[in-house]
Amino acid sequence: MAKPANGTTTIASPPAAEFASGWTYAPAPESVKVQIKPRYTHFINGVWTRATGETFPTLNPATEQTLCEISQATGGDVDKAVAAAGAAQPKWAALAPGERAKYLFRLARRIQERARELSVLETMDSGKPIKESRDVDIPLVAAHFFYHAGWADKLAYAFPGRTPRPVGVCGQIIPWNFPLLMAAWKLAPALACGNCVVLKPAETTPLTALRLAEIIEECDFPPGVVNVITGDGRTGATLASHPGVHKVAFTGSTEVGKKIAAATAGSGKRLTLELGGKSPHIIFEDASLDQAIEGIIAGIYFNQGEVCCAGSRLFVQESILDDVTSRLRRRLSTLRVGDPLDKNTDVGAVNSRAQLDTIRNYLRLGADEGATLHECGTAPLPAKGFWCRPSFFTGVQPSHTIAREEIFGPVLSVLSFRTPDEAVARANNTPYGLAAGVWTDKGGKIFDIARKLKAGVVWCNTYNKFDPASPFGGYKESGFGREGGLHGLRAYVDF
Amino acid sequence: MPDRLDVLKTYKLFIDGKFPRTESGRSWPLNSAAGEPIAHLSLASRKDLREGVEAARRAQPGWAGATPYNRGQVLYRMAEMLEGKRDELAQAIASLAPARSAKGKGRQATASLTPQDEVSLSIDRLVCFAGWADKYAQVLGCNNPVAGPFYNFTITEPTGVVACIAPDSPSLLGLISLLAPPLCAGNAVVVLSGGTNPIPAAVLGEVCATSDVPAGVVNILTGMRGELLGFVASHRDIDAIHAAGVSTDERVLVEKGIAENLKRVKVHAQTPWTDAAACHSPWWIEPFIEFKTIWHPASV
Repeated sequence: MAKPANGTTTIASPPAAEFASGWTYAPAPESVKVQIKPRYTHFINGVWTRATGETFPTLNPATEQTLCEISQATGGDVDKAVAAAGAAQPKWAALAPGERAKYLFRLARRIQERARELSVLETMDSGKPIKESRDVDIPLVAAHFFYHAGWADKLAYAFPGRTPRPVGVCGQIIPWNFPLLMAAWKLAPALACGNCVVLKPAETTPLTALRLAEIIEECDFPPGVVNVITGDGRTGATLASHPGVHKVAFTGSTEVGKKIAAATAGSGKRLTLELGGKSPHIIFEDASLDQAIEGIIAGIYFNQGEVCCAGSRLFVQESILDDVTSRLRRRLSTLRVGDPLDKNTDVGAVNSRAQLDTIRNYLRLGADEGATLHECGTAPLPAKGFWCRPSFFTGVQPSHTIAREEIFGPVLSVLSFRTPDEAVARANNTPYGLAAGVWTDKGGKIFDIARKLKAGVVWCNTYNKFDPASPFGGYKESGFGREGGLHGLRAYVDF
Repeated sequence: MPDRLDVLKTYKLFIDGKFPRTESGRSWPLNSAAGEPIAHLSLASRKDLREGVEAARRAQPGWAGATPYNRGQVLYRMAEMLEGKRDELAQAIASLAPARSAKGKGRQATASLTPQDEVSLSIDRLVCFAGWADKYAQVLGCNNPVAGPFYNFTITEPTGVVACIAPDSPSLLGLISLLAPPLCAGNAVVVLSGGTNPIPAAVLGEVCATSDVPAGVVNILTGMRGELLGFVASHRDIDAIHAAGVSTDERVLVEKGIAENLKRVKVHAQTPWTDAAACHSPWWIEPFIEFKTIWHPASV
């Protein structure tokens, strides 16, 4: 505080904290190295198949370098895997449930013990920041197996008045955004309920599922209980319509989910679908803004926005629209985009060139249709790899393509509303219904809105929280069936 | 020539709490097994289906918003009204009982079922689901022990508009068994009666109209089931289908409806209609509810 000559006192505002210039981060690369074989084959009936036939490369999306070659499963491979699962299933189901549980407990423990290796591998194959694979994906994988292990001998308590029995052979097709976590979501309940599985990981991210097969082998699972086959959409389609498969579980786009539904209609196959979303995130003027901003950031930029339940439509009450927008811009400028293996990285690489093209197309469409793009951060992006700066659009109309279609990237649409009723009506105005978020400090209001939102998961004053005990899944065209918790078991038992 | 000519009734559709004739103008004479005319029935069209769905869509939020206690009372009132129409319904079942002439699959399980018994079982089934209205949420929902400072609980909500595709036989009991579970959970329904004897379905419309069921919550279409099935499957404003007594081909058709708009589809293959223990379970309700999981921090 300076005292000027004329005797009056002025209070200078404190200097604004400014980190951009003097406070750069030193590189903090994850140092663990993982072994990757030059070529992987399929894991069928407890053995790795011979390396023959067509292959395709899997890339590190942050460097565009080929990590290794992956085998494209043929119809014959699918037949063998389904037959192996079919042969193993009666014995697996007949095993004392407590023993079945112990296989899963053992697997959960080995995953915990090999967590660092799995995290690094996941980040290399998918492009997600090591911070997330290390602190979110892999711990949840272990937790998921641990939670479901304990169900194996308690299923009789799960379905009042009914005696559950396994469905049989499960064909499970999973996406590339949470490769190992989705494998765990699929495998753990299926195995706990006495089913055997043929798992097909996504074409661009097969490595952790294959590593999981190695761990399953190491845990001495009976042959055929878990089979992992790799390939593209053709393999998935063959698996889903295979007559030896009794249950199809799919996570992916609504478009592919509908094709699977059409292909399995009338076949007697059980079906669960976890599909796309365009989840609304509503923030009221009486919310705790600091926390809400963190929730919005976590909601849309987590995993580069490649999240089916990403809070991609932000509805802000009109009175705080300017405040929220400027806070968002400020917070966004602090996000670090870059090397996914760097422990300080917040936003990693987009999973593939195809997905990057899709996102860029939406960015173009958003601007063409009249919305204003706010792209944050100016630091140069690496020359190689698939990169997209996190961004948001303002001036978005509900009719804009970016407000209606799933982008699956770090792109947020900001819209406004005046009354709670309007917020609910606009939030529900979508064919999707996977998740939703609400921020307000008024207790009655938050549960009133939560009740009215048509979504399978509603995060109140938080967002993007996951737990093996918490059922996850959608309303409407986001699919049906739940994964996780008591309700997730229903998909894997018949009465 | 008889001394007195019977006044034959034309049963109409039941849509939005009213009894319209079909917009198509088509009706259908029904003869008894002995060949005598009994009644006329309206032959519902695709447009009638659309109007039924629209009425159901309008009525559903109010029905879902009614207290479970209230919904239970309305279902119980339906049971009371059914009891009052017991003889009319038994006669309707008997007059055209398809099980006596057709060799349908449903025949075995219900061949020994007398019309009076079928009415009794139907009434009891409604009473059972009247009782479930304020209980299934506790049995099928739960709180979830997540690894963090959160309240996390899973609640149930109705799926929305449910199309019930009733079997030919048992004509009344099959229909009630398909209708009551989604109804008690706050769904609005559009019923497609069985094709061979739609009279009990038509009478049920009269029951609904006199038992406090809000207009549009139950809509009943009689007619040729096969003609309308494809329209039900492809209708994008129908959220779920509850069907029984369909052929293999019809099942494929109905399940293709999933690919249209992710309809929830439950098709019963072999149903022990007379087995109360099997049919009075909350697992009959479960296909027509959505599970919503709510997280809230339990920390400051």
